[in-house]
Amino acid sequence: MPFIPHTEKDTEEMLKAIGAPDLDTLFDEIPADLLIDSLDGVPQALNEMQIVRLMRDRAAKDGAPLCFIGAGAYEHHIPTAVWDIATRGEYYSAYTPYQAEASQGTLQTIYEYQTMITELTGLDVSNASLYDGASALAEAALMAVRSNRKNKSGRVLLAPGVNPTYEKVATAIAGSQNIRFERLAMDSKNGNTADPLDNSEPPVALVIQQPSFFGTLEDVDRLTDWAQQMGALVIAIVNPTSLALLKAPGHWGEAGADIAIGEGQPLGVPLSSGGPYFGFMTCKQKEVRQMPGRIVGRTTDLNGDYGFTLTLQAREQHIRRSKATSNICTNQGLMVTAATIYMSLLGYEGLRQVAQASYQNTAHLIRGLTAIDGIERLFDSPHFHEVALKLDRPVAPVLEKLSSKDILGGLDLSATSPDLGDALLVCATETKTESDLDTFIAAVEEIFSTEAGR
Amino acid sequence: MSELPGDLLYTSEHEWLRRENDGSVTVGVTDHAQSALGDLVYVELPEVGQDVDSGGDMAVVESVKAASDVYAPIDGSIVAVNEELADDPEKINADPYGDGWIVRIQPNESIDESALMTPDTYQELLDQEDA
Repeated sequence: MPFIPHTEKDTEEMLKAIGAPDLDTLFDEIPADLLIDSLDGVPQALNEMQIVRLMRDRAAKDGAPLCFIGAGAYEHHIPTAVWDIATRGEYYSAYTPYQAEASQGTLQTIYEYQTMITELTGLDVSNASLYDGASALAEAALMAVRSNRKNKSGRVLLAPGVNPTYEKVATAIAGSQNIRFERLAMDSKNGNTADPLDNSEPPVALVIQQPSFFGTLEDVDRLTDWAQQMGALVIAIVNPTSLALLKAPGHWGEAGADIAIGEGQPLGVPLSSGGPYFGFMTCKQKEVRQMPGRIVGRTTDLNGDYGFTLTLQAREQHIRRSKATSNICTNQGLMVTAATIYMSLLGYEGLRQVAQASYQNTAHLIRGLTAIDGIERLFDSPHFHEVALKLDRPVAPVLEKLSSKDILGGLDLSATSPDLGDALLVCATETKTESDLDTFIAAVEEIFSTEAGR
Repeated sequence: MSELPGDLLYTSEHEWLRRENDGSVTVGVTDHAQSALGDLVYVELPEVGQDVDSGGDMAVVESVKAASDVYAPIDGSIVAVNEELADDPEKINADPYGDGWIVRIQPNESIDESALMTPDTYQELLDQEDA
């Protein structure tokens, strides 16, 4: 694409045409007392050599710690080819392009992505992606309200294992639109939704996260049937890697979840201090009109050849204006490109191996850590690649000591879930070797053997 | 342009009304409206029993190029919706004044015909829009 900058002469002519003496005059509208010369805490500009040096020094401080933190974002091996291909000029765009149909390659990539995500989740339709898993929950709740018009309550139930950050983000986005998120009680023994399930007040939707934020596995079939018998929609939050082993949301219960969303980061996107990631969203065919975001479809052109096009655009903001299903008018193009390449390089078998190895490593970690006096499992539910542990002492000092040995030992749950007491959330993916796991276990053992708990 | 049915009332939003013998009113969009929208692909219908206010939106017709609200022409409550449009929205294109009807409304009070258009006044509106 050509980039043609203004010459000084162009600028002069344009200023003259509108009768402005200089560029600054164009900003006269901004009140003088709002203009500042410098920002507090923001240092003077650096030149390229200085900034490269600064960034290198800071990156070095990160080191290469052994990471056992999951809690929504997961470290996985990313084949080198993924980002080599994704950053080629032909693909290197953050969004769905303008004049999308002129970029057939990009549309085909998104179409392939949608196909893969629908296969993983067992549902009929996928959109081209959303910003991240947390905002996808807000969009799913809004979608459920639009779809389930008979229920005016605005109540969206959250299983106890829904990521607390997702609840915060969804409340910030959807909370002012007559949607109330309510948590179901937790069974303190298995960490899942407590009995009895109450039928008296049908909600708009029930949100079930599988595996839960605490690493447990819910009885998704029973919860799905319970919610749908009350006329509620079921929104599944799932980890894409786990779907290589666990039942796809489209097959939960008698009729399957209605909407499935989740964080796409585990599919080839690096942790990168928290983003950019991408959210995925799939649903049953009958909900497609209420789905936010872009959808790419395959079609036939005048010559009878196949081609790709944005479809169902009448749901979208540029056509339906204020009545659009959402103000999401694009997707996380680059992340989705990487995810599509990641999934196609791994294939079914590769993804299953990643999931299997992650599960086995976590099982190894659980055996090793719970053998230590003062550590036990918080819940007795089966797990995938993450588990909540109960410690006999505050978690923060333990994590600090591990950090000094270059080990990120997990997430201290006291910040998000103080009711659980001294609890640590630990995750092991396929990236960990047996010696990594044993290094971690030994480091924890040392801390627990040299200092008594309380 | 086809002849406007003489037994109907019309609105400036390009909708038509037919007064039924049971006192209810059937509502649809005019031939002009369906032709301006193009091939319809989806109709979002209200629920039976829902109350509607004159001027408020009650349905959405969506074509390949636009989505357009259908407004309630009178105060009342919905007594029937054309369920066949869910699977076959093109009925509106094929037969806007017949099989392509959208809803039937039971009016709350007697209809103020002065707020609606006769075939002649609606035809004038169409002529003006064409001009």
